[in-house]
Amino acid sequence: MSRSRRAKLQLFRVVTFVLLGAFFLGPIWFMFEFSTRGVGENSPRTLDAWKEIGTYPDLVAGIVASLQLAVITSVGILVVLVPTMVWVRLRLPRLRRVIESISLLPLTIPAIVLVVGFSPMYQWMGINLSDSILTLSLAYAILVLPYAYRALDAGLAAIDVKTLSEAARSLGAGWFTVMWRVIVPNISSALLNAGLLSVALVLGEYTIANNLLYPNLQVEIVSLGRTNAGVSIAVAVASLLFAFVLLVALSFVGGQRGGRRRTRERLVQTFGRDFSGGTR
Amino acid sequence: MMGGRRLSLDWIGAVPFLGYVALFLFLPAAIIVAGAFASEGGVTLINFANLSRPYIVSAIVSSVILSAVTAVGGAVLGALLTYAIATGNPRSTFRRVVTSACGVLAQFGGVTLAFAFIAAIGPASAVYVYLSQHHLDYYASGVWLYDLRGLELVYLYFQIPLMVLIFLPAVDGIKPQWREATESLGGGTWSYWRYVAGPLLAPAFLGSTLLLFANSLSAYATAAALINQGGPILPLQISNAITSEVGLHEPGFAKAQAVVLIVIVAIVSVLYAVLQRRTARWLQ
Repeated sequence: MSRSRRAKLQLFRVVTFVLLGAFFLGPIWFMFEFSTRGVGENSPRTLDAWKEIGTYPDLVAGIVASLQLAVITSVGILVVLVPTMVWVRLRLPRLRRVIESISLLPLTIPAIVLVVGFSPMYQWMGINLSDSILTLSLAYAILVLPYAYRALDAGLAAIDVKTLSEAARSLGAGWFTVMWRVIVPNISSALLNAGLLSVALVLGEYTIANNLLYPNLQVEIVSLGRTNAGVSIAVAVASLLFAFVLLVALSFVGGQRGGRRRTRERLVQTFGRDFSGGTR
Repeated sequence: MMGGRRLSLDWIGAVPFLGYVALFLFLPAAIIVAGAFASEGGVTLINFANLSRPYIVSAIVSSVILSAVTAVGGAVLGALLTYAIATGNPRSTFRRVVTSACGVLAQFGGVTLAFAFIAAIGPASAVYVYLSQHHLDYYASGVWLYDLRGLELVYLYFQIPLMVLIFLPAVDGIKPQWREATESLGGGTWSYWRYVAGPLLAPAFLGSTLLLFANSLSAYATAAALINQGGPILPLQISNAITSEVGLHEPGFAKAQAVVLIVIVAIVSVLYAVLQRRTARWLQ
């Protein structure tokens, strides 16, 4: 490569990274800036908006509800998915493709379409079963299903499920023991990945909650934004930071071996790779 | 005898999962399709005929334009960023950080993203206050941030990183030897891009653009948080039709709109898959 071409290429790279870097970091920086503003012009920086978060009961209720939903959804999806995936690998290999395509299906259905179908179901459930906001976790599990499936599939592919479970069975273990004491400890990092992705997704969810009229965290942030922008932006920053910490944890947690780290990086990247799923 | 019985027991293991997806994935899908075509006591196309209402037509048109603009804009800017990443050291920490950041940012949307832009360039932002005091009032003809034009800008924030994620593997597949071969045959930069790299990357680029189009078309939360009034795009109209009074009188109307949206997304996804296969033939 000639020297002038190399210099031109370097210039192009620097300009691209700086301009797009500003476009991507700017809005996040200005959210911090906005949430630490004082009341008047030229007033000093203050954390008043952050301190006020606790004084809005609806907002606090939304935060609590979203955290509960995050926990219920991620535990629920793991409880349903892990035994199914292990069982299919052991006993129903012909069903594996079917389970995979079903699990990835929600990626191609926009959340706003899904919620049209959920709406009459939740009306019925609200009258006949329960109108608790926590019932949303049933719908959220569908949203997180593709991401959890991929994380778990990567984990199960790395171990020999068949040999492990046959060994445990021949030593007299029941199926519960096989799952809980043999499989689960061996795919612990995949379980963590699946759980973290689910939590990040649920905390950012707005479409389904808003259209089913359940006030979760994001719905409360929007409604508060109409009256007190400072506080609602402070909460938005906090939830963003929390999701960011989760995803950074995801790319670093327990990663010593190169192969595993690469898997995890791929996971973080594929997290964003799909359209229509997630929280956009 | 034993084999048959064991087989039936084996199937039971998959029942909890299949039961759950039947209730919360296939049932909603069935409700949408059935509801879109159902009327009291029969099949009807009235819900689809109602889509010709002017505000729905204009929402569909706006959605398609918005998606096309942000898909092309995101694809071009994303391709530049991809090239900048691909020409660096493939093992550097910088590249790892940038691609991981793209993974996070492509998923960063919805309420938080809308608020970030309101805080950054909205009418109360430090940027606007400063610039308007210095004769650069970019809202002189109205606050376009809360409008379709605002959405075009804000959507780029997740479109560009998404483009990087899906286009980078194709760009990484281009081998430096091909450029050397072009040069040894007397070709310059122009002929390399025109006859070698361009045609190789074109299917991947087009496919990625289609994916961005579908992505923008299905986005709801960002627009809902940014736009307070009316429903200029299809996802917002669907939401209006579910939650408003009108929705109670015409339960099939939201479902017909949902069918339209999913049909467009499905067509685009199929085209994407076709182009993806073409890309895979050359670049793996």
